[in-house]
Amino acid sequence: MSFLDKYSHGLIANPGNDLSNSMALHGRHIKPQILDGINGENWHLEDYVKRGGYEALRKILTTGLSQEDVIAEIKASGLRGRGGAGFPTGLKWSFMPRTFPGQKYLVCNSDEGEPGTFKDRDILRFNPHAVIEGMAIGAYAMGISVGYNYIHGEVFEIYKRFEEALEEARKAGFLGDNILGSSFSFQLHAHHGYGAYICGEETALLESLEGKKGQPRFKPPFPASFGLYGKPSTINNTETFAAVPWIIRNGGQQYLEVGKPNNGGTKLFSITGDVERPGTYEIPLGTPFATLLELAGGMRNGRKLKAVIPGGSSAPVLPADIMMDCTMDYDSIAKAGSMLGSGAVTVMDESRCMVKSLLRLSYFYFEESCGQCTPCREGTGWLYRIVNRIENGQGRPEDLDMLDTVAGNIMGRTICALGDAAAMPVRGFLKHYRDEFAHHIEHKQCVVPHYL
Amino acid sequence: MLLSEQAYTKIDKELAKYPADQRSSAIMSSLRIAQEENGWLSSDLIAEIAGYIGVEPIAVQEVATFYDMFDMKPVGKFKITVCTNLPCALRDGVKTAEYIKEKLGIGFGETTPDGTFTLKEGECMGACGDSPILLVNNHHMCVRMSQEKIDEMLADMLKEAQA
Repeated sequence: MSFLDKYSHGLIANPGNDLSNSMALHGRHIKPQILDGINGENWHLEDYVKRGGYEALRKILTTGLSQEDVIAEIKASGLRGRGGAGFPTGLKWSFMPRTFPGQKYLVCNSDEGEPGTFKDRDILRFNPHAVIEGMAIGAYAMGISVGYNYIHGEVFEIYKRFEEALEEARKAGFLGDNILGSSFSFQLHAHHGYGAYICGEETALLESLEGKKGQPRFKPPFPASFGLYGKPSTINNTETFAAVPWIIRNGGQQYLEVGKPNNGGTKLFSITGDVERPGTYEIPLGTPFATLLELAGGMRNGRKLKAVIPGGSSAPVLPADIMMDCTMDYDSIAKAGSMLGSGAVTVMDESRCMVKSLLRLSYFYFEESCGQCTPCREGTGWLYRIVNRIENGQGRPEDLDMLDTVAGNIMGRTICALGDAAAMPVRGFLKHYRDEFAHHIEHKQCVVPHYL
Repeated sequence: MLLSEQAYTKIDKELAKYPADQRSSAIMSSLRIAQEENGWLSSDLIAEIAGYIGVEPIAVQEVATFYDMFDMKPVGKFKITVCTNLPCALRDGVKTAEYIKEKLGIGFGETTPDGTFTLKEGECMGACGDSPILLVNNHHMCVRMSQEKIDEMLADMLKEAQA
């Protein structure tokens, strides 16, 4: 055992020996599918098989389900991309040239680094085979023989566990040549990032996977025609793949019925901030926000809810009263003026300063802009510096309009969505908390007491 | 041969994941393996990796300088990276970083004079619910780091460095 092993907590399921306070083993999921039956230890292949794992892949390969059948089932399920954009998965899969004879690639985006998001971490460390099975099914449906799972470098312990899981799957014949005696072959490998938020953007991820700087590509062409190494490729989020085996085992219709129309299935929400019990909660799409908040133990120290960022740091913030009327699904959150995104719910109580909160986000985007597009490279710096001077009592009356102008000059003018991701929080905070920003400028201090 | 034999074996294993004509895909993992062994990435190591992969050194340099977890200068025996982004900040991430700064007497991006500790500010490690979190030497995640746990850890590391 090396010295640093005792400072490796990344795989510990229950730090602090208090299950009810653990990230995923708290037992407060509602109708879980992906996290059903996990206990933190049973991530190995034999445990997964006992839970019904790899049955979906077996069903496809032994009962002669066609590629079209699989895609139709995914379409019927209403499964939408769990990484943030919410694009219908079945439709995305149907874009791939299934019968194209050349090399194609399947890529899993596990570069989870959207501030507030930590759900894929729990899937990968506690149920990695669900991702592997989901990828194998996707590969079959799209006629793909090679895949990569790109894993966030900061969770390196999980990358190593995933490599172990891959080895188990290869030994058991669920990956490799002629899987389960069929003519279907699929080679799957793990690839790690090493610290670049931008690589969560799918074309930046492809560049990174090719061994370059992670700078997004101009689209079109889309990855389905020009992806990894210039070959047709499909990229899905970790949770999206992990949802697939359940759909094949139980049917698309049943999955759809778990959620609500156009929002099928369960979703993993990472809820953190000013709640008693932050963690990953798997609940059916369409569950009221109030229920999720209750599962997370309610507001910390009994304080009052002030604001929620419902879908990762790039989603516009929503005030408490609007949020309390929302259900947790793509359509409800969109209607309220924000995005469900990756399902990262960041909760802020009445003691929080909205200027300081935005400052942390703007600093992040300024740091993480890849520098390729001028509006984003320069604009994120402007946003950060303006918010910084407002926070530090040097704001000018014209700053609020300037923030809006700079944000507007970034949006829609960049190759990738990071530009919009940096601008949207600014506009969201200004829309709902303009008075608080104005107060900062006028009084050179906050409406709430100072905190670090 | 600037790296150990085991390091080249590991790099070969990474290369085998990619098509034979796409060796560049292994640049990132090769740099990681080199940094694990050497502690940081010198120009010589960059050139060595470039030669081994079969690309120009600039192609490797470009990757090494783009990704945050690579160190282009020597760092302390223990590199501690703290997340201070909003979700972490709401759960004492910033306080934790300030506390470590005060304990070690250094700021972000600095190394203690005895070469034991380097402190860095990280950005989203994808584990926000477990905040305060920090990474030790890139690959070891510490979760829910209270001040007592940090005191204990720093003392333990100092002892290890002096041993």
